[in-house]
Amino acid sequence: MNNLRGIYTIWYRDILRFWHDRIRLVGAIFLPLLFLFVFGSGFGGMMGNVGSGVNFAQFIFPGIIGMTVLMSSFMAGVSVVWDREFGFLKEVLVAPINRASVAMGKTLGAATVAMIQGAIIMLFAPLIGVAFTASTAAAMLPLMFLLAITMGAFGVLLATRIRSMEAFQVVTQMLMFPMVFLSGVFVPLDKAPAWLSTLTKINPATYGITSIRQIALGETSGTTFGVSLFGKTLSLWNNAGILAAIGAVMILLAMWSFRNQE
Amino acid sequence: MGDYIIEVNNLAKKFDDLVAVDHINLQVAPGELFGFLGPNGAGKTTTINILCTLSKPTSGQAIVNGFDVVRQQSQVRQSIGLVFQDPSLDERLSGLQNLRFHAMVYNVPASIREKRIEEVLKIMELWDKRHHDVRTYSGGMKRRLELARGLLHYPKVLFLDEPTIGLDPQTRNRLWEYILELKQREGTTIFLTTHYMDEADKADRIAVMDYGKIVAMDTPERLKRKVGMDVITVKTDDNTKAAAEIETSYQTEVRRDNDELVFAVEHGEKFLPKFIKEFGTKILSVSLRRPSLDDVFLKLTGREIREEEVSDTFKAMVRQRGRHMRR
Repeated sequence: MNNLRGIYTIWYRDILRFWHDRIRLVGAIFLPLLFLFVFGSGFGGMMGNVGSGVNFAQFIFPGIIGMTVLMSSFMAGVSVVWDREFGFLKEVLVAPINRASVAMGKTLGAATVAMIQGAIIMLFAPLIGVAFTASTAAAMLPLMFLLAITMGAFGVLLATRIRSMEAFQVVTQMLMFPMVFLSGVFVPLDKAPAWLSTLTKINPATYGITSIRQIALGETSGTTFGVSLFGKTLSLWNNAGILAAIGAVMILLAMWSFRNQE
Repeated sequence: MGDYIIEVNNLAKKFDDLVAVDHINLQVAPGELFGFLGPNGAGKTTTINILCTLSKPTSGQAIVNGFDVVRQQSQVRQSIGLVFQDPSLDERLSGLQNLRFHAMVYNVPASIREKRIEEVLKIMELWDKRHHDVRTYSGGMKRRLELARGLLHYPKVLFLDEPTIGLDPQTRNRLWEYILELKQREGTTIFLTTHYMDEADKADRIAVMDYGKIVAMDTPERLKRKVGMDVITVKTDDNTKAAAEIETSYQTEVRRDNDELVFAVEHGEKFLPKFIKEFGTKILSVSLRRPSLDDVFLKLTGREIREEEVSDTFKAMVRQRGRHMRR
């Protein structure tokens, strides 16, 4: 009960701050929208089908939604660094709430904001000529959330160990762009050379992007654009399961790390 | 236990090779305004950090409101309010939102939450500014908001770590009026660290810390008495004669200061009437000065407390951060 209250309060503050600063939203969705229009409807026409009768816009759209969620939730850890720099973290650390629930609240706050941004990108589907039903969109949400929680927890974990804002930005960007490029947002992974393929498989984001795309394209067996691990082609459920497992580890690490900082 | 709200037994904290807190003992009674004094780097903030569960002691024990600061962190945190040396507000939220956040994490029941927030904001005269973002507040207003916040959850003990540092004298005085009013209205025990001797003088009892040890602990009055004698300044129509008379009658050294004579005696307030009655030379004026806490501090630590204030406050902060970083 006490822990739930802690999680809720920390989450609530992050949402309040987000609402306070909603102009940030414009900045946060600008890059994904740019990618969407330039690659999706712009250059997309030149590329034709990427495989199995799927055109480039259809292919890239779920990827960009996943990317939006990933970037936003991962970068949100900066608020922990920010709070430390401006002293507010102290107020949180001496409060009679469990520190693990602070980490959980922060992760959920990051995930919520990321979901809002991802959902806004979804609304642009008709504009670039991607059609999907409301039920498809609804089915994507849980997977987006799973990805957001995983990356949000990863961001919080880093933020408990990195003390300066600049360092946090450098480290997260260094990790974020490889994660985005090696997760199949822009190109199908199944034709990647072996060495690159290995990298994509150790990238946690791959399982998020791939599963979101599988739902969006209604192709859940993994035969198109699927990832194979140890000779087995991963189905939607396999991908979601791996993502959930990574997410659980990230959350536990973030909670542990948050508890063990002074 | 029982009688004290804060009890510290043989408490020590080591950072690598530095002993920041060296086996100290102290007790604070409920409702007391307890002043914690010492030069920078003496271990005051480290001690406070241990008492408010931000830092773990290397050895020894500390009990706050009957709870052990290591084993019962949550109960200790619920029992205390804190105003830190450095600001700890969310500048992007309004004053009201900062207090609501605090009320929620400290589990102030929803039924009394808004009323209590209004009450503390009004005591601190911030009610009119409650909807403004904290970043628009002045330094004094931020401090007052932190005081209001520290009180919000009816803490048994309020820790004030250099609450007036960096404020102008006028704001300092106002803030002190608030602090003393609080003590009276809410009966809160206040544990205060300060650099300013006039502030320490307002405490019921003070402890002086130096190099991690408590070198003295008593009421300001008794500390002053212990340390120094009262200073009498007298002006007569024949200072040479008067000086000789004082030296023979009272066996004390007389110093000439322009046209005045200065000498020290014990229990000046009892000495003075007797002196005026018996003295053979005509007295033109006489005054009595009590030793100040500055005298006490100087005698106990061999340093003026203010000497190192500016540059060393900064150094101490850097050192503090360095410590945290290593952890």
